[in-house]
Parts: sequence; structure tokens; C-alpha cells
Amino acid sequence: MNIAVGVDDVHEGELVNTSEAGPAPKRIVVSYGFWIFLLSDIVMFSALFAGYAALARATAGGPTGSQLFNQQTVAMETAFLLLSSYSCGLMSLAINSRGYFGTFLGAGVTFLLGAAFLSLELREFATMIAIGATPQRSAFLSAFFTLVGCHGLHVAVGLSWLVLMMIQLAMRGFSPVVERRLHCFSLFWHALDIIWVLIFTVVYLMGVVP
Amino acid sequence: MTETRWDVAPGDRPGISVSEQGTFSGFFVHTIGLLLAVILTITSFWVANTSVLWTPGVPAGLVVLAIAQMGVHLVFFLHITTGPDNTNNILALAFGVLIVLLVLGGSIVIMANLNENMAAHTEPMNLQMQH
Repeated sequence: MNIAVGVDDVHEGELVNTSEAGPAPKRIVVSYGFWIFLLSDIVMFSALFAGYAALARATAGGPTGSQLFNQQTVAMETAFLLLSSYSCGLMSLAINSRGYFGTFLGAGVTFLLGAAFLSLELREFATMIAIGATPQRSAFLSAFFTLVGCHGLHVAVGLSWLVLMMIQLAMRGFSPVVERRLHCFSLFWHALDIIWVLIFTVVYLMGVVP
Repeated sequence: MTETRWDVAPGDRPGISVSEQGTFSGFFVHTIGLLLAVILTITSFWVANTSVLWTPGVPAGLVVLAIAQMGVHLVFFLHITTGPDNTNNILALAFGVLIVLLVLGGSIVIMANLNENMAAHTEPMNLQMQH
């Protein structure tokens, strides 16, 4: 009894514990749920990476990675995606301070850099397919197109999501719903960049190393 | 009961409420992150292309650089820290990393082992076929 009273005395005047304060604000719950979705997405990518690592040498007499990959293209793609991740971070700072100009500027720069990344990647795929390095050619190429194409698909989805969010922001302003969605978008975009770090290391750089 | 202590949402900087997050210091944090990521990326490309380094060690070095860069992204762009208000995010991340390591490591070890066993079995078979 005395101990319980003592504990009550200590807690008085301090902040309420999270567990005693009821449900968390929607912003935190939504972001946390989206965080878990992102982690599950990364787990899916890890399966694709494992498949690629197992099949990377299975070229079936077809073209190998060091013959196909152009490091200059990869370096430019990496730069575009890294800079778009940075501008996306600056956009979320502008969202926190409710600046319309900064938000639209950040979103525009992010969109342009992401679109430049995507067009470079599609051009790379087109040149590979034109010289016969199609997904049907070998197990290595199937795994390559699945892994890198899946990342490219995520980028394409992210770009259309960004356009939708800008339309919503223009129509509704900084409402809590729009802010939550923008926050989720910025998490998504940073996660895509993290996955790209693994792709350019495991697929492109290690594919060039003998 | 003046203020409630919540966990921080993923992507928010801990210890500062969203409305109080200064734009300037946030800008500073993101710029440091960008600089570190650029340095690590350039190092990765240099390591893959140079002939100065010991070749068998290059893949391991590349993996280390990639993990370091993912850490930079997590800390400076996603603001994941080890602070007490970030525990939930860290635990989810740790679980994700565990599954990723199991899937990746398990697959690679098993496939390498299978390859070795296949290679060991083909030799006696070849000998038999030569008879």
C-alpha cells in the first residue's frame, strides 16, 4: 500500500504515460501502419534480391551483367533518385511549416528527378531488349528484370501518387488528411531510395566486378 | 496532465512536435544526410572500378558501404533514432531486418551449398559414365 502511494506520488505532475493516455493521434497511427507496410514491401524485395543472387551467374550462354550494364547510366540514375529523395525531404519540411510555395516547388523537383530516373531506366531496358537481352533469354535476365522492374514500377506508382497529392493539396489545402497522405508519400519515396542503394550495389556494381 | 508523451511517427524528428520543427535545422539535417550519401555513393563506384584494392575483398566492401548508406538514409531522412519515443518504429524495423536477413542469408547459403553438393556428385557420375 505504502509502495503504491509512493509510486503515485512520483507520477504526479509528470507527463502521462503513452499506455495510460488512450489511443494515439491519428497521424502517428497512420504513419506507423504505413511504416509496417513499407517494411513488408522491403521483405518482398528481399525475396527478389535472394532470387537474383541465386541466379546472377545463370546466364545460359547469354549476355552477362558486365556486358550489359552501363555504369554511367547507373551513376546518373543514382544521382537523380538521391537528389529527389533530398527534395522530397525539403518538401516535408515545407509541409510542416505550411508553405504552399515550398511544397509545390519540392514536389515539382521531386517529380522531375523521379521522372528522369524512370525514363533513363526505361531507355536502359529498351536498349537491352533491342540487343536480345530479354527476360526470356536466361534466368539471370528474368531475375534482373523482375527485381529492377519491380523497383521501377514502385517509382512509377510513387510519381502518380505525387501528382494526385498535388491535385488534392491544390483543392483542399493543408487539411489533416492531405498532410497525413503527404507524410506517407515522403516515407514511401525515402524507402524507394533505400532499396535503390541495394540495387545499384548488388546488381550493377557487383555485376561489373569480375 | 498538461501534455501527453506519444511515440514519434516514423519520419518525424523525435523530441520536437511537428509544428515546432524548425525549417532551418531540418534543412541542415537533410543536407548533412545528402552529403554523406553522396560521399558513400562515390566511394562505392570508385571501389567497384579501381584496381588499387584487393579484388576478392571488393564485394564485401561494397556491401558494407551499402549498409552504411542505408543507415544514413534511415537516420538523416527518415529520422529513425534510438530514443525512447522511437521504440515502436525501431522494433518494427528490427523485425523487418531480421526477416530480410533470414530470407537473404538463408537463400544464399542454401543455394551455394546445393551448388557445391551438385558439383561433388557430378564427378563420380562422370567417372561411372567413362567406364
